[in-house]
Amino acid sequence: MPGSGFNRRTLLAGLAAAGGATIMPSRLAFASPLATDKRFVFIIQRGAADGLSTLAPVGDPQFAEIRGQLAEEFSDVPRIGTDFALHPDLPLLSELFQQEQALFLNAIASPYRDRSHFDAQNVLETGGTRAFEHEDGWLNRIINLLPEGTRAMAVGSSIPAALRGPIEVSNYGSSVLPDADEDLMRRVAKLYGEDEQLSGIWRNALEARDMAMGAEARGNNFGATGELAANLLSGPNGARIAMIETGGWDTHVNQQLRLGYQFRGLNDLLVALRDGLGGHWANTLVLIATEFGRTAAINGTRGTDHGTASLAMLLGGAVNGGRVITDWPGLKSSQLLEGRDLKPTMSLGAAIAGAMGEHFGIDPILAMSTAFPGHGGRPTEGLIRA
Amino acid sequence: MQSVQIAIRRFGLGRLAENGLPADSKRWLLEQFDSFEPSPPAFASMPNVSQQIRQIADMGLDQLQSRAVQERLESLMPENEYERRAPEAMLFRPARASYIEDVSAKINLAAQSRQPFVERLVSFWSNHFAISIDKPATLGLAGAFEREAIRPHVLGKFSDLLSAVERHPGMLLFLDQAQSVGPNSPLAKLGQRRARQQGTPPAGINENLAREILELHTLGVNGGYQQRDVTELARAMTGWTMSGLGRLGRAIIKNDEPDYLFFPAMHEPGARSVLGKNYAQDGEDQAQAILDDLAIHPATARHLATKLARHFVADTPPPSLVLRLEAAFLESGGDLPTVYRTLIEAPEAWSEAPQKFLQPWEWMVAIMRGFRVPVEGIRLVGVLSELGQPLWRPGSPAGWDDTAASWAAPDAVMRRVELSGRIGELSESADARRLAAVFFGDSLSDNTRLSIEQAESPAQAIALLLVAPEMLRR
Repeated sequence: MPGSGFNRRTLLAGLAAAGGATIMPSRLAFASPLATDKRFVFIIQRGAADGLSTLAPVGDPQFAEIRGQLAEEFSDVPRIGTDFALHPDLPLLSELFQQEQALFLNAIASPYRDRSHFDAQNVLETGGTRAFEHEDGWLNRIINLLPEGTRAMAVGSSIPAALRGPIEVSNYGSSVLPDADEDLMRRVAKLYGEDEQLSGIWRNALEARDMAMGAEARGNNFGATGELAANLLSGPNGARIAMIETGGWDTHVNQQLRLGYQFRGLNDLLVALRDGLGGHWANTLVLIATEFGRTAAINGTRGTDHGTASLAMLLGGAVNGGRVITDWPGLKSSQLLEGRDLKPTMSLGAAIAGAMGEHFGIDPILAMSTAFPGHGGRPTEGLIRA
Repeated sequence: MQSVQIAIRRFGLGRLAENGLPADSKRWLLEQFDSFEPSPPAFASMPNVSQQIRQIADMGLDQLQSRAVQERLESLMPENEYERRAPEAMLFRPARASYIEDVSAKINLAAQSRQPFVERLVSFWSNHFAISIDKPATLGLAGAFEREAIRPHVLGKFSDLLSAVERHPGMLLFLDQAQSVGPNSPLAKLGQRRARQQGTPPAGINENLAREILELHTLGVNGGYQQRDVTELARAMTGWTMSGLGRLGRAIIKNDEPDYLFFPAMHEPGARSVLGKNYAQDGEDQAQAILDDLAIHPATARHLATKLARHFVADTPPPSLVLRLEAAFLESGGDLPTVYRTLIEAPEAWSEAPQKFLQPWEWMVAIMRGFRVPVEGIRLVGVLSELGQPLWRPGSPAGWDDTAASWAAPDAVMRRVELSGRIGELSESADARRLAAVFFGDSLSDNTRLSIEQAESPAQAIALLLVAPEMLRR
């Protein structure tokens, strides 16, 4: 299908509804210092999620050829815009796209160009231009720009690197252990009174417990995680920023089966999050991103290996959605990075900074220099509904 | 901490109740090298790798892509969306039973061991060469991997440890090496004809294990290798596979005791170049020669010295200590006991202030040693999971992170308090004041001592003891 809109250097905007313009002007009305009612959720996909199997470039003539059986799943799937198709196990994303609440950024990457999961995740989370450049995470630094007292929480038993830093952040996961009694918890506070590290941790632990509002989502499945996150974000004094870690995206072998499961889980999580947030969904921005993409071609074991550019997704009522934004680099071997990976044509840091800035009413340039110092380029404009 | 407490808690796994204190801390540590048993009697009845591979084959876990297995999976899927687990999980039950036994055996051995320093080293190396059981085929193999590839070599040369690890079917399956085929190998050429006839993709290289060998197992991520070194090592390693699993392993390679196997027909012909050195060897010797060079490479020495110093001494280890361990490694050609002896002799390792925050498994083992009670079976598996550290399931080949930032978090501490409350209720007759002396000797702070003495019940006193700051750090 030559000439189908996949020319390099075209900005492709697959519009769900007619009339939606390409890129909106940046919203420059900056908010008052009062507490925000905006919500932000960062869902990290650890293990390098395959963007080409999430939002497949079915309009690219190379796709079916280099992807082999991995392309077959998309044969009967309705198109997103003219040239892409969403994986059939992600029905909520289709729905959100139709409602203009989903925005896809394709062929995007952090500045990291090697293929180590761990270094790449460090770059994605700390906002450096290389691994271990910063000790604190970009999301922790962003909190500094938000009204004082804006709370951030990790949903899970540990605090991921993106949220670590000087601003105190709490975490809460679902536990099947019996609750400790109130008197024991009071005495633990005294036991930790003289211990700087533990007293802070304990204070946060008690607050997080209150924020979950007793609605503890039992079990470890995706839906329960989405529900718990929604609870933590819902209360008047609840968190405004949450981070959820998902794993299992490293699909070197038999990718089709594995990814189907991953996507069904992610879909469950997002449905529970949207439903649980209720009216707050209108003020919510969800970012889904991974450390890098996977090889353009299928490998010898019906999977894909570590690649470079991938897909980032922005979801929620706050998003200026219904669009695919990409400067599609193409899948011909001459168009691939080092002849093997989708070439990055968009900066993930610029997109995140632009979206965070517009969403929270902070100067996107300040958001960029705070979250992603040294990345160069300008924050992406128009990602958030004006 | 006093030096005897450092020996017991920082190097060891906590005091074993009713055991006397060592008179000479360093000697106590060194003597453990002589008395350590790689294959203790408690492991005599545990299944070996061949039995576990047969179990995986019986379950069809290696043939998840086949239509018959897919249909079986679908018939097993529960209808309730929220009860759904990974589809493979439905096939797992026998492997899961093996995993539960493996966890019990390992943790209870550590909880009773008189060589706790060496048992800590076993866990250190097992985590360095992590295989994670969230990959279906490795669920029943993680225990065998640690028993067979790690334990026999923790007191030997690093090169032998590396060679054993990279050949173990647990690793070959976890990092997809077993199926990696040289594109110009005889097998690939045979397959290309069939692939053309049937329209299926041809077999090829999978570089997953090769990359992690360089990045995680030996040189470290800044160890000076490039993508081309990864690819070349992956080519050299083609043929390092196993019998008993997969279409190939089942059909072509008949073997009653399925295990690691070099299969020449999968091997990519030709010389390879890794880190600028040419390797012209044939067959299995080629990758072995590369591994032998990687095992004594200066970047490997630096990487391993840093990780050991971080595990035993501090999240940000003193550079002087890292240099000392690195030099011991290089001068001895990677002789691990030489490195451990250097660690024991290093003054930095005996700093009085506790620097390390206990990981959940260490905390659990310290409690089991202090009470001298076993915790077994599904209950033990569940407790470790609730504490945030399911055994052998770090979720990535990098293993569990070894810094406080990963473990000293509000939710994790809350869980330890919850569990301690429960343990307190279950230990009616225990006297926390007496136990405090067992756990910490004279290192108990006044605040902790007072908290315990003023507790409203013996059960609460136990709970407070188990989450005291002294108990959470070493």
